[in-house]
Amino acid sequence: MKTLADLKKIREKAQEEMKLRGGNVRIKIVVGMGTSGIAMGAREVMKTFLEEIANRNLTDVLVTQTGEKGLSSMEPVVDLIEEGKPKVTYGNMTPDKVKKVVVEHIVNGRTVSDYVVATGN
Amino acid sequence: MKYYRSHILVSINETSIAAGVHGFIQALRNELAKADLTDEINILETGPLGFFGRGICITVYPENVSYEAVKVEDISELVQDHFLKGRPVKRLMLDAVNKFSPNFNYANRIVLRNSGIIDPENIDDYIGAGGYEAWEKALTQMQPADIVAEVKKSGLRGRGGAGFPAGVKWSFTAPLEAPQKYVVVNADEGEPGTFKDRLIMEGDPHQLLEGIMICARAIGATKAYIYIRGEYKLCISRLELAIKQAKEYGILGTNIFESGFDLDIMIKIGAGAYVCGEETALIESLEGNRGNPRWKPPFPGVKGLWQAPTVVNNVETLANVPFIIAKGAEEYMKYGTPECTGTKVYTILGDVAHPGLCEVDMGTTLRTIINEYAGGMKKGFRFKAALVGGAAGVILPDRMLDVKMDFSSLNQYAAVLGSGAILVMNEHQSIVDMLWSILRFFRHESCGKCSPCKNGTQQLYRLITKIKKGEGTMDDVDLMHTIAETMLHTSFCALGQSPIMAIRSAIENFRDEFIAITKK
Repeated sequence: MKTLADLKKIREKAQEEMKLRGGNVRIKIVVGMGTSGIAMGAREVMKTFLEEIANRNLTDVLVTQTGEKGLSSMEPVVDLIEEGKPKVTYGNMTPDKVKKVVVEHIVNGRTVSDYVVATGN
Repeated sequence: MKYYRSHILVSINETSIAAGVHGFIQALRNELAKADLTDEINILETGPLGFFGRGICITVYPENVSYEAVKVEDISELVQDHFLKGRPVKRLMLDAVNKFSPNFNYANRIVLRNSGIIDPENIDDYIGAGGYEAWEKALTQMQPADIVAEVKKSGLRGRGGAGFPAGVKWSFTAPLEAPQKYVVVNADEGEPGTFKDRLIMEGDPHQLLEGIMICARAIGATKAYIYIRGEYKLCISRLELAIKQAKEYGILGTNIFESGFDLDIMIKIGAGAYVCGEETALIESLEGNRGNPRWKPPFPGVKGLWQAPTVVNNVETLANVPFIIAKGAEEYMKYGTPECTGTKVYTILGDVAHPGLCEVDMGTTLRTIINEYAGGMKKGFRFKAALVGGAAGVILPDRMLDVKMDFSSLNQYAAVLGSGAILVMNEHQSIVDMLWSILRFFRHESCGKCSPCKNGTQQLYRLITKIKKGEGTMDDVDLMHTIAETMLHTSFCALGQSPIMAIRSAIENFRDEFIAITKK
């Protein structure tokens, strides 16, 4: 059971955490997990991200999920968010493409322009 | 420092390396040397150029012309025409016009502002994004009458199709004295082609819960039901989780935040009948009966679920409420048009380049929605018509592309906004086929309670099948119109009153097509 004061604390903590995600975590990976996304293989995409990150011992990366952004025809859609950089949205992702994004974008810092569907949104 | 009159920026990345950028640069240097331009033009190897093109991409300064997918074979043309004579090679230029850069319109979203950003399965994410602020305000700082007044003032209209003002609906139920009142959420999204509610519930389930809570407080309901389609498995599990989390936090339950207000939200899974989207049939189904509509009046606002006063609202309608309460009606009225405030979520499908969803201001034209949010038509196709609002919607021809999409503007053209599905058809699609498919749907979904609908949908299907086969006459076409018109005046509920819209718009806008297919 929470009081209103608790709720306020949770809100502040959550907001702080959202900020921290930008500080301690270098890159936040957000996988679109709506029905369309899942139907197009978002679960496999998410799993591959987690596997690749574990294999490479990447500790400054956070994987999370969200609902749909709007491009059902380009699902699975993945956002890569880095502090101080425009958000990069990858579309039509597959496990193989994920592997390339992990190597190129997350490890080497080069956007894989072939898979990009939008930036900054 | 050497002065160059021009710089060529070559993007070096995985894509361009795979396309042979190093060989390309060597060849370019050779060609420039051959043309004696080495002292005038500089080649710079660089990273991203600020756009995402195919293959090897280059940008030429000071003109700021960008080329994509350039190959070694193109070099002599580039050097001769552009670098020597200053005429950019149009053939290779980055096609900014055809290049679709999706616009998610996050800056102007209300209902889906968190979808695609927060984790829908984590209540803290929603709270961190300002969630449950409105609930706190509604519970501790506002009286029920204030909430109703605020929603009324915002001009929020029901998003299920009919567009009835939500605040007015609430104001019928709020003053009634009753031992029990209910809020029922219509999440039985059955209109073909519509999936906006699914996205709202999947992407931000807590926002719907917050909307329900505020509505319950406004009308004095202590129980709420979400009537949801059985197919929406992900929505159901996320909503169940969201309710559980809200209960753990004491945002939902008994004596919420010591205010003495109790509320419980339950989920009822529907079995997929189209008629159960009609509010009284929905209530019947919720009570465990066959989903047949009830006689109105009394309206559900007075006698609804188990004869208790009940407000039935669409998912999208309620999802707008937290914003109105948190930010105020004035802020909400900045979106949309004066008569139709707020935003609308559309699902765009059919022959567009990028089907999907968008949330835009009320009053945005069909042309803008198709071109900006769906990437225009599929390559090689022309726009012919759009079925707006699902089966109970209208077929809009190309001359209606610039009509503002909101309840009142469309009304002037005897059209409706409906549920927000936009099905785009190309010039090869047949309107007769489309109408056949709509009428087959109505025949299948008629509940059979009243004769005009039961027999009417059957006869409409028979006539359109005959016309489709090429065996019909123009008399049959006119008969269809007459039957549908009779159904409009005599049917028991909205289902039987709906086929006229698709039929009338098809016949009026595409009469030639009917003339062509019928016997003389």
